[in-house]
Amino acid sequence: MTKTRAGGVTNFDAWKHAYAARAENLAVSEVRALFSVVSRPEVVSLAGGMPDVAALDVNLIDKAYASLMANRRNYALQYGGGQGDLRLREQIQEIMALEGIHGSVDDITVTTGSQHALELISDLFLDQGDVVLVEAPSYVGAVGIFRHKEAQIEHVFTDHDGISPEALEETAERLLSEGKRIKILYLVPNFANPSGVTLTAERRIQVLEICKRYGILIVEDNPYGQLYFDQKPPKAMRSLDEENIVYLGSFSKILSPGLRVGYVLAPPAIREKLVLANESAILSPASFAQMLVSEYLSVADWQQQIESFRQLYKAKRDAAMQAVEQYLPKVATTRPAGGFFLWLTLPEGLNSKEMLPLAVTELVAYTPGTAFYGDGRGQENIRVCFSHPTADNVKVGIERLSRVVNQQIELIETFGKVD
Amino acid sequence: MADLRVLVLAGGISHERDVSLKSGRRVADALTDAGISAEIREPDGDFIGHLMATRPDLVWSTLHGAVGEDGSIQDLLQLSGTPFVGSDSAGARLAWSKPVAKVLVSRNGLATPASITLPRSSFKEMNAESVLAMVGTQLTFPIIVKPAKSGSAQGLTKVSEPKAFAKAMVDAFAYGDQVLVESFIAGTELAISVIDTGNGPEALPAVEIVPESGQFGYSERYTPGQTDYYVPARLPHQVLDQAAEIALVAHKALGLRHLSRVDLIVDESGKIWFLEANVTPGMTETSLLPQAVIASGNELSETYAALARSVAKA
Repeated sequence: MTKTRAGGVTNFDAWKHAYAARAENLAVSEVRALFSVVSRPEVVSLAGGMPDVAALDVNLIDKAYASLMANRRNYALQYGGGQGDLRLREQIQEIMALEGIHGSVDDITVTTGSQHALELISDLFLDQGDVVLVEAPSYVGAVGIFRHKEAQIEHVFTDHDGISPEALEETAERLLSEGKRIKILYLVPNFANPSGVTLTAERRIQVLEICKRYGILIVEDNPYGQLYFDQKPPKAMRSLDEENIVYLGSFSKILSPGLRVGYVLAPPAIREKLVLANESAILSPASFAQMLVSEYLSVADWQQQIESFRQLYKAKRDAAMQAVEQYLPKVATTRPAGGFFLWLTLPEGLNSKEMLPLAVTELVAYTPGTAFYGDGRGQENIRVCFSHPTADNVKVGIERLSRVVNQQIELIETFGKVD
Repeated sequence: MADLRVLVLAGGISHERDVSLKSGRRVADALTDAGISAEIREPDGDFIGHLMATRPDLVWSTLHGAVGEDGSIQDLLQLSGTPFVGSDSAGARLAWSKPVAKVLVSRNGLATPASITLPRSSFKEMNAESVLAMVGTQLTFPIIVKPAKSGSAQGLTKVSEPKAFAKAMVDAFAYGDQVLVESFIAGTELAISVIDTGNGPEALPAVEIVPESGQFGYSERYTPGQTDYYVPARLPHQVLDQAAEIALVAHKALGLRHLSRVDLIVDESGKIWFLEANVTPGMTETSLLPQAVIASGNELSETYAALARSVAKA
């Protein structure tokens, strides 16, 4: 256990001198440690963006598993190709058609969740100091990857209609005039994580035009597109353009995140490199998980299952909105038309990260807004994930959150606004 | 077949849950290596029933934070009639409250930095700005602001100038209703673990703590590589002997038993200051007590087993 060097000094890391520079940012954090309490059933977690897998019809999974074992067992237990199972890619093609996308099976690569696809794309495109444009706020997992690649993360003003085309253009101009290399615009256009907002159809066209003009690759991440509550969101940006967009999809939210199956649709030249990068990193995506997903899509009425998820999450969204209105009258919230998240804005002076220890005491967990920015912003914001707890527990959690907010308001009133 | 059955209590709902789980697993692994049967349990709704049904030979709690250190779990274990490793409820209560512990050790002749304890209620009733200003006149910056009852340096801030004082108070009050404001003593930071395996309390070699960032905060405690530890500490023998004696005085003054960790600072003049005592020291891979055990020339598994056997026999 102990790594003692000469002179009796120990620092528990004999390889400290050998790490790559980018490993410097990987340290334990107090905030992360506080999240450890969410595994206790007494704590209502509004923190992790988890689907309600208990609502998945388990008979469908059993059926898929039985079919897999009966028909493709030896393939499922074997290595596969680096691009992923062909039958699954054909099925993914059908799923993407629901978003208005027509892409070749040859241009789809299956990955270990879409997070892995984002990692591969970032690895292909980002050198140290390259700029990635993102929404404000942006997905914490993407911010983490871009930071790890030592990219410069630039948040672009985002409102209730999604990322602002005007702000995007201004940001691009400014950065280019500073001599920066802008490589990627990363977007979650539908029911974004964490804000819950959806990019309007009109803005999708404008954003695409701007990126084409400036030679910026769009990475369109769409895990929530099928989880709309009333109206379908606008067609995917990828349906408008084949050359300038890399499209990421996932089975984590419409089936199970435990299977870790996602995919990426990319123009042929990028796809070629993606497959090689995928093989280099993991040889092949997990055959068993891919084929289980494929069997599920074959034997189950998966569209009906998604419809039942829509109803479920809509009811939870309504419970969350009602609870915010009732218990947090001084807090502003977005009203998502799909997906998993509310984005709360606290009264001036409150700091969501500083409140987290109070939340542990009150048996509620949430994600502080700072997690969704690469530049320290978001202190006054909270992401509430309503998808995983029951609707009743969502209300309980928000009621507890209101106690935390009230305690913090009292502290701020006592000590004045602190920076 | 194992000669002892130990129930290791870890986790709990506290700010230090994560550290507690790591400590619990380390203790259980070390006991298992010594041939003792160790089972890890959470202090959840089933715990009391499980305890009474299985009747382990003893309980070893690695619960950090209020749930494990404020005396409550010790009261319950005493009521259950199960022997347990660590201080009884009275000792735990005295050590858990840093202001109370400071008073007790100073009455036993130990030096401890000047401090003021501020309950949240006093700020509600009085003007916070004037309270902070008055504190500022009594203590010279830099000062240490920390929750009066908490561990792992959570909510602790070194405040170098008055304008940062209020924010540090808000941070500390997030962890509890009382805040301890203490003079900062520059010097060598030492942790001295005290262990009693049946022959009376013994001070283990002092661990000198040199965090890379200059402050021994949460990240510096639990990220391997962020802090250098020197065991034994790079101080003259007579200073280390005196520090060991002080740790034993504090251990006894607070009525602690079996094991504790006493945190001290040795200033430039060689004067030794008591900071706090911990009744449930961290047992993780980077924690201080395990380092001291190894530096004393003993194996963790043998030492923990000796402690467990001594508690079971008592």
